[in-house]
Amino acid sequence: MLVIKDLHAKIEDKEILRGINLTVKPGEIHAIMGPNGSGKSTLSAVLAGNDKFEVTEGEVSFNGKKLLELPPEDRSREGLFLSFQYPVEIPGVSMVNFMRTAVNEHRKYKGEEALSASDFLKKMRDKKKLVEIDSKLTNRSVNEGFSGGEKKKNEIFQMAMLEPTLSILDETDSGLDIDALRIVANGVNKLKTENNATILITHYQRLLDYIVPDYVHVLYKGRIVKSAGKELALELEEKGYDWIKKEFED
Amino acid sequence: MADDQNKILDEVTGGEYKYGFHTDIETEMIPKGLSEEVVRMISAKKGEPEFMLEYRLKAFRHWQTLKAPDWAHLNIPEIDYQDIIYYAAPVQKPQLESMDEVDPELKATFDKLGIPLDEQKVLSGVAVDAVMDSISVKTTFRETLAEHGVIFCSISDAVKEYPDLIKKYLGSVVPYSDNFFAALNSAVFSDGSFVFIPKGVRCPMELSTYFRINAMNTGQFERTLIVAEDDSYVSYLEGCTAPQRDENQLHAAIVEIVVHDRAEVKYSTVQNWYPGDKDGKGGIYNFVTKRGICKGDYSKISWTQVETGSAITWKYPSCVLMGDHSVGEFYSVAVTNNYQQADTGSKMIHLGKNTRSLIVSKGISAGKSQNSYRGLVKVSKKAANARNFSQCDSLLLGDRCGAHTFPYLEISNNSALVEHEATTSKIGEDQIFYCNQRGISTEDAIGLIVNGYVKEVINQLPMEFAVEAQKLLQISLEGSVG
Repeated sequence: MLVIKDLHAKIEDKEILRGINLTVKPGEIHAIMGPNGSGKSTLSAVLAGNDKFEVTEGEVSFNGKKLLELPPEDRSREGLFLSFQYPVEIPGVSMVNFMRTAVNEHRKYKGEEALSASDFLKKMRDKKKLVEIDSKLTNRSVNEGFSGGEKKKNEIFQMAMLEPTLSILDETDSGLDIDALRIVANGVNKLKTENNATILITHYQRLLDYIVPDYVHVLYKGRIVKSAGKELALELEEKGYDWIKKEFED
Repeated sequence: MADDQNKILDEVTGGEYKYGFHTDIETEMIPKGLSEEVVRMISAKKGEPEFMLEYRLKAFRHWQTLKAPDWAHLNIPEIDYQDIIYYAAPVQKPQLESMDEVDPELKATFDKLGIPLDEQKVLSGVAVDAVMDSISVKTTFRETLAEHGVIFCSISDAVKEYPDLIKKYLGSVVPYSDNFFAALNSAVFSDGSFVFIPKGVRCPMELSTYFRINAMNTGQFERTLIVAEDDSYVSYLEGCTAPQRDENQLHAAIVEIVVHDRAEVKYSTVQNWYPGDKDGKGGIYNFVTKRGICKGDYSKISWTQVETGSAITWKYPSCVLMGDHSVGEFYSVAVTNNYQQADTGSKMIHLGKNTRSLIVSKGISAGKSQNSYRGLVKVSKKAANARNFSQCDSLLLGDRCGAHTFPYLEISNNSALVEHEATTSKIGEDQIFYCNQRGISTEDAIGLIVNGYVKEVINQLPMEFAVEAQKLLQISLEGSVG
């Protein structure tokens, strides 16, 4: 579904991604871990199409399409979803209106008719229940005045609404208390099918107790330096990142 | 990066003006220039009674002693008042069967603007007075309204048919000596609407005047007068457009509202005069004096304006709150793009006891435009317990435009409670990217954010016009929508 080959990207003159290779197949959950500044969030931003970063080399194929050539809105419509580390507030724009626009843009892209108001509201109710998000949140403006935990829950709610094939969760666990973490993780697990895939970007092993990955990758200085099964996360938790740093410090 | 963003903004804010067409119709014009003779000629053309001519002449003589105001945050090129045609009227073909019929060419023009003049076709519950250049073309539903005692007609007809009302009220809120443009308008005004709602009547439909400038090199000087007697109510809407031309054209209007005991007037404007092209060439100069007086106790005036057009806008719809417990409201969205300039806001003059006023102003600037809010809240000595709340928000699109706020407060009574809040925000790249990531294009994202931002004001408009206004905002700010 997703094949990243030798991906390089920079911001201003600083190269952050220095040759990423990664293949994700349907049904898989990949965790990308690594110390601060290793390029984890940059990778998610580049895949989503944030133009703050410039891709200098490499290619990415997503469901057979050249991902890097698509504008960000088309990447979304193709089924790529990014749960933001810092979800953005949009005052004055109601969640209902925002989500309805997004869902209908996705449908239009696929050549489907826009959902009627009642069908849309029904879908919203169903998904709200699924991800256990408070109804009050969806009656407010997008992320405005939401607590950190509410914002993250809202990301998972949007993910449920848009039904992506590939979800990238950027530090979704940061700033969550244990109850919120459980709700968010439950949401992700419920949305999991054999046809979609998930990339978890995280600092800590904690999230991986709730969402069990098939593969764990360690990103360091813009490269994936180690890949293994879920046991790698535990090893990292125990030993920290220093041994990896030492191993790859030339 | 900043360049990229500017490129995107250029694309989405480069929308085209939709109403820029010109109707090729025979137009009767008087020669360019302004003199006592021209004032007499206009009055004679309209077959006005003597008192009206006297009023015009007084105004003209006063105007000659005045200079154009220069205190606004506007860069106004020198206007040559002798280079303007002060009267232009589309010539209607004579073979019309009845007075109610309209030249098909004119009808087609208004159809194209979305203002059908056939009573069967109009938006349900809206009566329209259509004004082209200097004259009123047609007023719909006059008879229906008359059954309720409501007078809705062109000001020219009113001068002839209801001289006592005109004598009593015209110039009573905005005297000709008020300001430069008021004096000019009082001397040469050509047409506009007159509304009279008698005691205890709730006007059964929305009233609306549609102003269209068509002829070249002409100015439009419209005059609107609304009188609401005790316990009456009316909702009135005006709309305006003009053809796309390289020259600037002058529009200097006066609107006066008089509201008696417990009556309420709601006045909404959707102003979409031609704003000039992307390089700032052409466009309407819009210098308007709008003022209402809450004469009676418990009376109310509510102004709502959506301003998207004009090269220059100079406009401060105001309320004089004379009656005790009277209420004044002002809701405004002003959009400027390219090289447009707007200096707009409101004046709330508290004279009576327990008077209240509310100002909600939302400015949106894009391109290289300049957008200013200017507002005065004045509480006189006798206005015990006056209340005012003002909220002035500015939204910037891009980094080459300007937003300014000039609030003035003059408070002479200790019991007054006056609050002013102001915010300035930008549509952030991160907001747009967030929308993009959910599958919403940049253009739609800006539309969504802008409409969210102005919701509070748009909600004040009558339903049909709220939808229109939302579309208009998108067209003003976006490339392909509409």
